[in-house]
Amino acid sequence: MAQDTTAPEDLDSFRLRARTWLADNLPRIAQGTAAMDLQESQQADPTRARELQRKLFDGGFAGICYPKEYGGQGLPREHQRAFNEESAPYEMPLVFNIPTLSILAPTILDFGTEEQKKRHLPAILRGEELWVQFLSEPTGGSDLAGVLTRATRDGDVWVLNGSKIWSSGAFRSDYALCLARTDWEAPKHRGLTMFIVKIHQPGIEIQQIMMVNGMREFCQEFFTDVHLPAENVLGAVNDGWTVASRLLYHEREAVGGGSQYVSGMSVGARSGPMRDLADLAIAKGRAGDARVRQLVGEAHANDAVQRQLIERIGASIRLGVLPPPAGAIPRLYGGMNSVRRSSIGLDIAGADAVAWADDDSPEEGIGTFFVMRQGSCLGGGSTEMARNIISERVLGMPREYAADRDKPFDQVQRNRMPSR
Amino acid sequence: MELELDNDQHLFWETSRKFIESSCPLATVRQLYDDPDGFDRGWWRQVAELGWTSMLVPEEHGGGTVSGNGLLDLVLVAEEMGRWVSPGPFLPTNVVAATVARSGSAEQKKDLLGAVVAGELTAAWCFDEPGTRWGPAGVGLTARGDGGDFVLAGIKSPVEAAAQADRLLVTARTGEGLGQFLVPADAPGVRVTPLRSLDFCRRFATVSFEDVRVPESAVVGAPGGAAGDVEIQIQLAAALQCAETVGAVDRVFEFTTQYAFDRFSFGRPLASYQALKHRFADMKTWLEACHATATSAARGVQEGADDAGDLASVAKSYVGERSVDIIQDCVQMHGGIGVTWEHDIHLYLRRATVNRETYGTPADHRERLASLLGM
Repeated sequence: MAQDTTAPEDLDSFRLRARTWLADNLPRIAQGTAAMDLQESQQADPTRARELQRKLFDGGFAGICYPKEYGGQGLPREHQRAFNEESAPYEMPLVFNIPTLSILAPTILDFGTEEQKKRHLPAILRGEELWVQFLSEPTGGSDLAGVLTRATRDGDVWVLNGSKIWSSGAFRSDYALCLARTDWEAPKHRGLTMFIVKIHQPGIEIQQIMMVNGMREFCQEFFTDVHLPAENVLGAVNDGWTVASRLLYHEREAVGGGSQYVSGMSVGARSGPMRDLADLAIAKGRAGDARVRQLVGEAHANDAVQRQLIERIGASIRLGVLPPPAGAIPRLYGGMNSVRRSSIGLDIAGADAVAWADDDSPEEGIGTFFVMRQGSCLGGGSTEMARNIISERVLGMPREYAADRDKPFDQVQRNRMPSR
Repeated sequence: MELELDNDQHLFWETSRKFIESSCPLATVRQLYDDPDGFDRGWWRQVAELGWTSMLVPEEHGGGTVSGNGLLDLVLVAEEMGRWVSPGPFLPTNVVAATVARSGSAEQKKDLLGAVVAGELTAAWCFDEPGTRWGPAGVGLTARGDGGDFVLAGIKSPVEAAAQADRLLVTARTGEGLGQFLVPADAPGVRVTPLRSLDFCRRFATVSFEDVRVPESAVVGAPGGAAGDVEIQIQLAAALQCAETVGAVDRVFEFTTQYAFDRFSFGRPLASYQALKHRFADMKTWLEACHATATSAARGVQEGADDAGDLASVAKSYVGERSVDIIQDCVQMHGGIGVTWEHDIHLYLRRATVNRETYGTPADHRERLASLLGM
């Protein structure tokens, strides 16, 4: 990232300036509206979020940690944190945070050509482009580098065919980073290329997937002879794994809650009906039950430790005490904490979590959250992969045997799927 | 531990570490198993010279800090003590000294602080009581006013280092609220009964107060007004103890990881088996979480932050439970050798288990958190 030669604005004066600007420009969140509900409505229709993002941009508060030459503010992470604290009572364009601002734009910042950066980063910060990641594939599971979607060079363009899945919000988004296979004779990690893909164009069909909690955020995409201009390659041809690895680093930071590019609170690692366990216990008349009190205390402690852990690991990586893959540590903690949290919620709500009246929405949320529980250990890479990363790349333990290592990809044995 | 230390703190930490390693290795700790006191007084005077009893005492009484933040300096020592399962009445002596420095009379400060700093006097904090709820609400020992004097009656147990202490700080219930009293360990009516302990060199005792008469000058702070001091004592104890526990777990995880690389089964190192690698990944995550929360608690208590009580109980409940989980898992990784007397790992498991249960169990501190959340 480009270094500014002038000293950044003093934190206290920045905070005061942000406080005044927010009060004058952004709508306050209505009393009783949960951040989750706000985020869900933005996910269904991001029109208003785009307007809010534009307001932030015009007011000089978009992309606080992005370089100035790409429309950002060029300030340190402490300023973003202060802004997040100040903006908590306001309606913020949360839908831009993950993956657009915290995962994909930083990857473009790392690998984009000057032209790509100038074209996309200011547009993102102005609220004009929502991005999505086309990485996982229907047969892929945790073997991300085993992608079968192909891009074939044809004169000035690449022709894309195949299918991607688990992309969040593709239906409402504008662009994607798509990992495709471009050389089938190279070993699997060396035949991949990352492409910038305009989503709404001929040859791309999108289907929304309904999850067990009723959410329709995830999508599957089908590509039939999609034409991609040659200048849409991000990084180098056949070096897509380098780009993808960097993207995954940003993803671990974002999902772990440690990204400096997230703007506004209440997103990241904490999701689901979480903070209100004490209120729930009181409402249910169970606040005097020693067992319930201890469960609430435990959930509170686990959440506090999660925030403290994110801080520590982030600082450890910045200081070089731990290597960057240590970002998998808060990811693993977050997944396991969410699992524990959902069980605690179920225990406190008891039968009300499985059978509820129309006006008892928190209980419904707790039951549904429990049914969706393992999602927190799957999305953004499974906790099993996080454990491999921690043991192999943080503790330095021997890597798992891989039958496809160094083998030309077209000779690798795969599922009962057409190989090419 | 803090990730970044200033030069003075680094030197202090290095000096302390080298001293423990050379003067009290685990072989020495093993010898202390049969020692009734569990520590050597001469050794204690040496550690006092290094500053281990000075950091919570103001300069005018012979104390002084390394960094200006005495607790943050002291947790560096606590962590090293955990790494070597060190002996000595470190926690109670420092907690009592901090309280006397904060609320004691001029006379009490003169009596206690200089001698504590010199390592000539040690103290015990008589707080827990048998069979009652842990915490201020569970204090049942009474202090009754009687013509200018106070009469203490009740039982405290377990009390760390009571049989070795020269002074006892007793938390009592007065007519007006909590009160604390500084009592000579040999005062008439004080009966100290040593307990057997799971730890190799930490000693505990039951202390009964059979109508112990003390003058008004024994009151620390205002009679009935000790709740604030007690809260800070709880926070200090949690911060010091969590740091020590984290040091112990860190050391165990270190040598257990090394063992996984060195020990071969079926022609492969243990560290190559995914089933075990995943357990190491879990342990590493919990260990980092223990470090994170212990450090946050120490900072919060040092600063006197509004949420210091919350941070202390978060750390005490989390570290208390996870530390023992991690060490037990490390025992499992060692196989049969891990449950032998000969192997050192049980010294750490003993220390961590004692720490888990004293100064409030994880359940006690979760209960406290629920109260802080308004339940």
